Amino acid sequence: MKISDILEETYTALISNKARTSLTVLGIVIGIASVIAMISIGAGAQGTIESSIQSIGSNLITVTPGNQGGIGAQVSSGRGSARTLTEEDALAILEQVDNVKYVSPELSGRYQVIAKGANTNTSVTGVNESYTTVRNIKVAEGEFISTQHLRNYSRVAVLGPTTRDDLFGENTYAIGQNIRINNTQFKVIGITESKGGSGFTNPDDAIYIPLSSAQRFLTGSTHVSSIGVQASDAESMTQVQNDLTLLLLNRHKISDPELADFSTLNQADILATASSITDTFTIFLGSVAGISLVVGGIGIMNMMLTTVTERTREIGLRKAIGAKAKDINLQFLAEAVMLTFAGGVIGVILGWAISFGVTYFDILQTKVTIQSVLLAFSISTAIGIIFGYYPAQRASKLNPIEALRYE
Amino acid sequence: MIEVKNITKIYRTGEIEFTALKGVSFCINDGEYVAIMGPSGSGKSTLMHILGALDIPTSGTYFLDNKDVSKLSDNELADIRRDEIGFVFQSFNLLPRTTVLRNVMLPLIYSGVNKENREKKAREALLASGLNEEHFTHKSNELSGGQIQRVAIARALVNDPKLILADEPTGNLDSKTGEIVLDTFQKLNKELGRTIILITHEPEVAKHADRIIRIRDGLIVEDKKK
Ligand SMILES: Nc1ncnc2c1ncn2[C@@H]1O[C@H](COP(=O)(O)OP(=O)(O)OP(=O)(O)O)[C@@H](O)[C@H]1O
Ligand SMILES: [Mg+2]
Repeated sequence: MKISDILEETYTALISNKARTSLTVLGIVIGIASVIAMISIGAGAQGTIESSIQSIGSNLITVTPGNQGGIGAQVSSGRGSARTLTEEDALAILEQVDNVKYVSPELSGRYQVIAKGANTNTSVTGVNESYTTVRNIKVAEGEFISTQHLRNYSRVAVLGPTTRDDLFGENTYAIGQNIRINNTQFKVIGITESKGGSGFTNPDDAIYIPLSSAQRFLTGSTHVSSIGVQASDAESMTQVQNDLTLLLLNRHKISDPELADFSTLNQADILATASSITDTFTIFLGSVAGISLVVGGIGIMNMMLTTVTERTREIGLRKAIGAKAKDINLQFLAEAVMLTFAGGVIGVILGWAISFGVTYFDILQTKVTIQSVLLAFSISTAIGIIFGYYPAQRASKLNPIEALRYE
Repeated sequence: MIEVKNITKIYRTGEIEFTALKGVSFCINDGEYVAIMGPSGSGKSTLMHILGALDIPTSGTYFLDNKDVSKLSDNELADIRRDEIGFVFQSFNLLPRTTVLRNVMLPLIYSGVNKENREKKAREALLASGLNEEHFTHKSNELSGGQIQRVAIARALVNDPKLILADEPTGNLDSKTGEIVLDTFQKLNKELGRTIILITHEPEVAKHADRIIRIRDGLIVEDKKK
């Protein structure tokens, strides 16, 4: 028997019971579509998280005051609140650690900000001229904080676009205007580009002022709340992290690294952690979808068993006119595989549509990978073979005389 | 040529054994038209299943054209059924919801005939069995009983078999349509020289044949040529 004939017989058998065929296919469609959609959503979440981690800067190591944790961890001194890092620490890192390109000592806090009667509570960060490079911030209008401003304790401010909107109205030209932070007047000299994002550390809802001015007018001390360090390339990040840890331990006269009064956070580590989380998340979603695929497979088996029983006489007739056990076996196996394959095709299209919809409605930037499509196809075909095997065996083993006698 | 020697068939259902054929012997030459008659339960269908290579005898030999069919494997039996034998059954003869042409082409699928030849042969067989061309594309459930049996005969013919076996082909038909079907067999035998073995318990049906073999309780009680 030729393959084309088997396919034709199969096709004819399947379309002769359209309602049942489509319901069975639906089981597989739902399974495959959810596998595709779930994996693409997982991959999308991963991409989104990775790009937002990347957007905070590249090759970045962040040093924050406070204990690393470990055995001697003091729970009471919350991270970031301890005043252990200074601008001198930052300078020392830049000068003494190899492969450091820029350092950005930062001092941030939340303050009430007033402008022309409008008023908002936002994060105010004292920065130096390297901040834009290290933190990957771009200036949309005007200029950023310069060394000149730092030296002169200038009362100038660069606003995030959201803060500008809050204080002056949407898309108003704000440069040259005055704002009051903590009762000190600052002049707006620039607006940063929108980065998107939301929440507590939204870079769009922020005000940047010279670090020296922040120390003099806002906190009155020389401490900084974090130091951003940009390594020259990805390969040297570990070395930079190790060296700067040693340097700071030395400077702070701490011999036991367990008791360090600062902690370092390597961007690569964050990225790795985040991807391992999203990987787990993707596997979890995929498995849940996989379960529905198995249920669909059982649906196929159920339908095939019913079909074999219903078509007992047909099987007998086919055998009587010369069909071998192998021919019958192939025919029924082909029916199961064709069902799952059709389910696979429609499922991939549907899954694609779902993930497209998720992207289109801006929920997540999803991506359907060719691997997940291939995976879906091989799974659905495998399901057809696995769940079609037993019914096909049963059909092929029928005795032609018994089958013809069957009422 | 068919040569059956001392064939027995014992059915086992659990502990119970039932001997359906108790030692049957006969020869049938090519081109004969034979009717097998006998009361219900006498073993006619059992005999036909053996002649048609659907089953093998418990003992005895069955030679079809000098080939011993009684000892073949399932696959070899399937080859014999496909190449040497055409079946017409009493009922459920055609695939439901399938066109007449497809039904007739079915045996050719298993013998690997290519598509164009399949349709050509099917048409020839259908015309030989006396079905009007207008019915060729009808579905099998749109046909009358007589038409169904003629399609079944066409399907039995399509592989050009040596032997055509029919188990009560007119059992479900009224006498008038039965006649038409029997005429078809007659023509196949007389004009095309086919060997035909037909099972029936109606004397009127058996009248068409040249030879009547009567069996009772698994034994031949009479073998008479016209
Ligand atoms: N598979 C089987 N298992 C057990 N007994 C069987 C089997 N097939 C047939 N028989 C028995 O063998 C005997 C002969 O059966 P068979 O079908 O050959 O009769 P028949 O002559 O064709 O009868 P009918 O005219 O009613 O069709 C019957 O008594 C039947 O019960
Ligand atoms: Mg019978």
